[in-house]
Amino acid sequence: MRPILMKGHERPLTFLKYNREGDLLFSCAKDHTPTVWFADNGERLGTYRGHNGAVWCCDVSRDSMRLITGSADTTAKLWSVQNGTQLFTFNFDSPARSVDFSIGDKLAVITTDPFMELPSAIHIKRIARDPADQTSESVHVLRGHQGRIARAVWGPLNRTIISAGEDAVIRIWDSETGKLLRESDKETGHKKAITSLAKSVDGSHFVTGSQDKSAKLWDIRTLTLIKTYATERPVNAVTMSPLLDHVVLGGGQDASAVTMTDHRAGKFEAKFFDKILQEEIGGVKGHFGPINALAFNPDGKSFSSGGEDGYVRLHHFDPDYFNIKI
Amino acid sequence: MADALIEERAALLGIDISQIGLDSIQLPPGEDFGIESDDEDLYREDNLELDTGLGNVIIVDNLPVVPCEKFEKLEGVIHKIYSQIGVIKDDGLWMPVDPDIEKTRGYCFIEYNTPQEAELAKEKTNGYKLDRSHIFAVSMFEDFDRFMRVPDEWAPPETKPYTPGENLQQWLTDEKARDQFVIRAGSDTEVLWNDARQLKPEPVHRRPFWTESFVQWSPLGTYLATVHRQGSAVWGGASTFNRLVRYAHAQVKLIDFSPGEKYLVTYSSHEPSNPRDPQRVVINIFDVRTGKIMRDFKGSAGDFAAGGTGAVTWPIFRWGEGREDKYFARIGKSVVSVYETETFSLIDKKSLKVENVMDFCWSPTDPILALFVPELGGGNQPARVSLVQIPSKEELRQKNLFSVSDCKMYWQSNGDYLAVKVDRYTKTKKSTYTGFELFRIKERDIPIEVLELENKNDKIIAFAWEPKGHRFAVIHGDGPRPDVSFYSMRSGNNTGRVSKLTTLKGKQANALFWSPAGRYIILAGLKNFNGQLEFYNVDELETMATAEHFMATDIEWDPTGRYVATAVTSVHEMENGFNIWSFNGKLLYRILKDHFFQFSWRPRPPSLLSPEKEEEIAKNLKKCSKKYEAEDQDVSMLLSEQDREKRRMLKDEWAKWVSRWKQMHEEEKLERQNLSDGEASDEEEEYKAKEVEVEELLDVSEEVLSFDYEE
Repeated sequence: MRPILMKGHERPLTFLKYNREGDLLFSCAKDHTPTVWFADNGERLGTYRGHNGAVWCCDVSRDSMRLITGSADTTAKLWSVQNGTQLFTFNFDSPARSVDFSIGDKLAVITTDPFMELPSAIHIKRIARDPADQTSESVHVLRGHQGRIARAVWGPLNRTIISAGEDAVIRIWDSETGKLLRESDKETGHKKAITSLAKSVDGSHFVTGSQDKSAKLWDIRTLTLIKTYATERPVNAVTMSPLLDHVVLGGGQDASAVTMTDHRAGKFEAKFFDKILQEEIGGVKGHFGPINALAFNPDGKSFSSGGEDGYVRLHHFDPDYFNIKI
Repeated sequence: MADALIEERAALLGIDISQIGLDSIQLPPGEDFGIESDDEDLYREDNLELDTGLGNVIIVDNLPVVPCEKFEKLEGVIHKIYSQIGVIKDDGLWMPVDPDIEKTRGYCFIEYNTPQEAELAKEKTNGYKLDRSHIFAVSMFEDFDRFMRVPDEWAPPETKPYTPGENLQQWLTDEKARDQFVIRAGSDTEVLWNDARQLKPEPVHRRPFWTESFVQWSPLGTYLATVHRQGSAVWGGASTFNRLVRYAHAQVKLIDFSPGEKYLVTYSSHEPSNPRDPQRVVINIFDVRTGKIMRDFKGSAGDFAAGGTGAVTWPIFRWGEGREDKYFARIGKSVVSVYETETFSLIDKKSLKVENVMDFCWSPTDPILALFVPELGGGNQPARVSLVQIPSKEELRQKNLFSVSDCKMYWQSNGDYLAVKVDRYTKTKKSTYTGFELFRIKERDIPIEVLELENKNDKIIAFAWEPKGHRFAVIHGDGPRPDVSFYSMRSGNNTGRVSKLTTLKGKQANALFWSPAGRYIILAGLKNFNGQLEFYNVDELETMATAEHFMATDIEWDPTGRYVATAVTSVHEMENGFNIWSFNGKLLYRILKDHFFQFSWRPRPPSLLSPEKEEEIAKNLKKCSKKYEAEDQDVSMLLSEQDREKRRMLKDEWAKWVSRWKQMHEEEKLERQNLSDGEASDEEEEYKAKEVEVEELLDVSEEVLSFDYEE
């Protein structure tokens, strides 16, 4: 079907997130206001005003009451989804890059970028039921990554944290003790900076996208490499269909080189791969800049992509899509 | 095996090998414990010549023997002669004196700044006549040792027993009749089979850092030549690629094989030590099989520039008489020098004098030279194209042309026809227009025909003869979408006239690629057209397919005309890699490689079948091809079977993995529920999607409609 073009951001998109029911879509961009949309028709529902820098990431609680956002203004903020009020602000000494609620929404993991002398870090925060009781104390602070951490998410049963970033290594940490449990294998792992990481809907595996022009699928417990998907362009964003065994990769030529060549050279397509066979199924064109963010609706019937061009494109699948056989 | 031994020994000594950083171990100097370094063969194969540091010293012999009074005068003379050639070091001239008779010994040593200068001095002054009785004998100091070691007695050379070599043409006996190609990407050079049935290439041999700049097949495909700092080398063999012969030529830049691959021409140019001097050029011609230098040419860059343009165009030497490798020629200022390979000297000991000659080319099959001479004396003497027979140097045919600005000559591959593209000035001399002069070489008296395009002002963008055929294609036009026309040298029942077959209007093409077997042609739009491809059948005058290889820079047919490779090389940053197409424009497979530099099909020697036999095969093609069609089908069945099998396996594997996970997931269910405050677990549908229909009243308006009742 014709995609719905959502024009609301003035700067490149950075992240997209559906709530659990799949009726709301949250978008973050380099402008300072995260936005919430109706996931069905792309109507803008509201914005969250208060950040003073690019917003890199967000997560929404299971009951769709709370939103957490991480921003380059060195804060992470908790919001009320309903009325857009700021509930709490976590202050850091460097930009907050990624945020993720744990199962049960009682904990959150926030990563911060390296800044000046400061190395990058993973902070685990307790999230209070009542915002009035919220404190900014960290349960744990994990360090050990070289360079920026692109994303950190919770593992099964909140026992582990999986993080990946610029140093191309995926790490699994014990969330209780803060110890490093596993590191991805240098041989089979990514060769260049990892740009994105997305968990499967059941949390059994996750996929990482990297500038080495590939995406890889990993077992979330053992960190064994299961699949590799090779493309022609650096991968900026990855997601997986909750319904079918499809992996979607987004990316494209580096934004700084875009204007120098033909628009077709950029390959700003969202590429669909068969998750099991590792074969390319098709692509969805449309963006005129690299794709920075991808998200699947939890019902698996639509997905959205956000680009360097500042647009969110909301795609509802045609019935044919569900009959693809290869 | 060696590893196991080491481990065994380590265990015996109680050492944990995994704890030892192997890189940190330092062997005592000069001791290798019998472990051969990977580079060892380098040392073993060439007895490395050590640089004595005396390469810049020459010895000049046969000087006059003079008493001490005249010493200084002689020294002055010698200094004057030799400082013209290069910079002599301070105190670099030493003339020994015999103390007994107080006279010079009749020789001296001269030390230059660089070995190149020393070499040049030796070249230039060896045999220099100071006066009648004193003719200089100059040699390099380094050579002196060698000369001294020559034994006085002649010893018969050892005859080595004959050892049969490998079959260098093994690749032609491939059962599946596949072709090979070489690619260079990153630091790797790789030779692969084009396995079109399997829709993928099959590796043959791969080597990192195989060459330092490029690789080149010999014209019959026997050898693969690589280029290195020390010289060039050729590789080949029955099953893999072994180094066969090396050709020493320091700083070699360009190489060229003779068409019959008997000889290899190597070229290097050297910056002079004095920036005012011209670049020095060294060209060697080697015998490919023995590696022996047959002839070398040295001189300044200007000596080798074609037609006085000042720029060296490669190849400098062009080979004549097809695969016989009998003649080679180069162009100089108003001369064409033709050499023969029997003696490697000029034919009749002199060059062919042609006033102001601009360009020449050999017939691809016969010893015939085509020469182009531009207008002279402001148009008083017309420009001309002439055909010269070698070795008789007899002019076979000549054509005078008027108000010519430029000429380009195109030979048909059998040497049957020569097309000369002539750019002429219009009457006002402000612009040019183009016509063709077509020579029929094989006919009596070599008739010439003039062909002009229908629109005389069209620019000619490309011209190409059909290989082994009688047709040619021209891209012409001024606009952004030029036309493509096909002509035949035969028309209907009259074989002596050129006729137009068709014109295709408005094509996105700027280059022509005929299949080596003729009949099919690719009209390609490279560069500005972003890699448009049109596969055209000239027999039927119809387009077989149009396609695009985005950004394609190179197109090459395989030697049989069955497949075409299109490549994007590293001139572009993106899209690097190559595509293989069938002759009719079906994309077979596509390989992407970053930093892709080169794609080159391995040429095949010409068929051994007689033309009659070939015709017979063509007649019975249907019968012959049945067998291959069956084979093709078998392969494709097998492939799809394998494919299915592979997919099934992958799916099974995945299903197994998922079920294992599910089991674990189930076990943890309770724990998970606790984490999310007892909320019934995750994937279960505990909420229902409800469709809510909202009706919004946008506008209400009333209108009175009138109805006409008609019975």
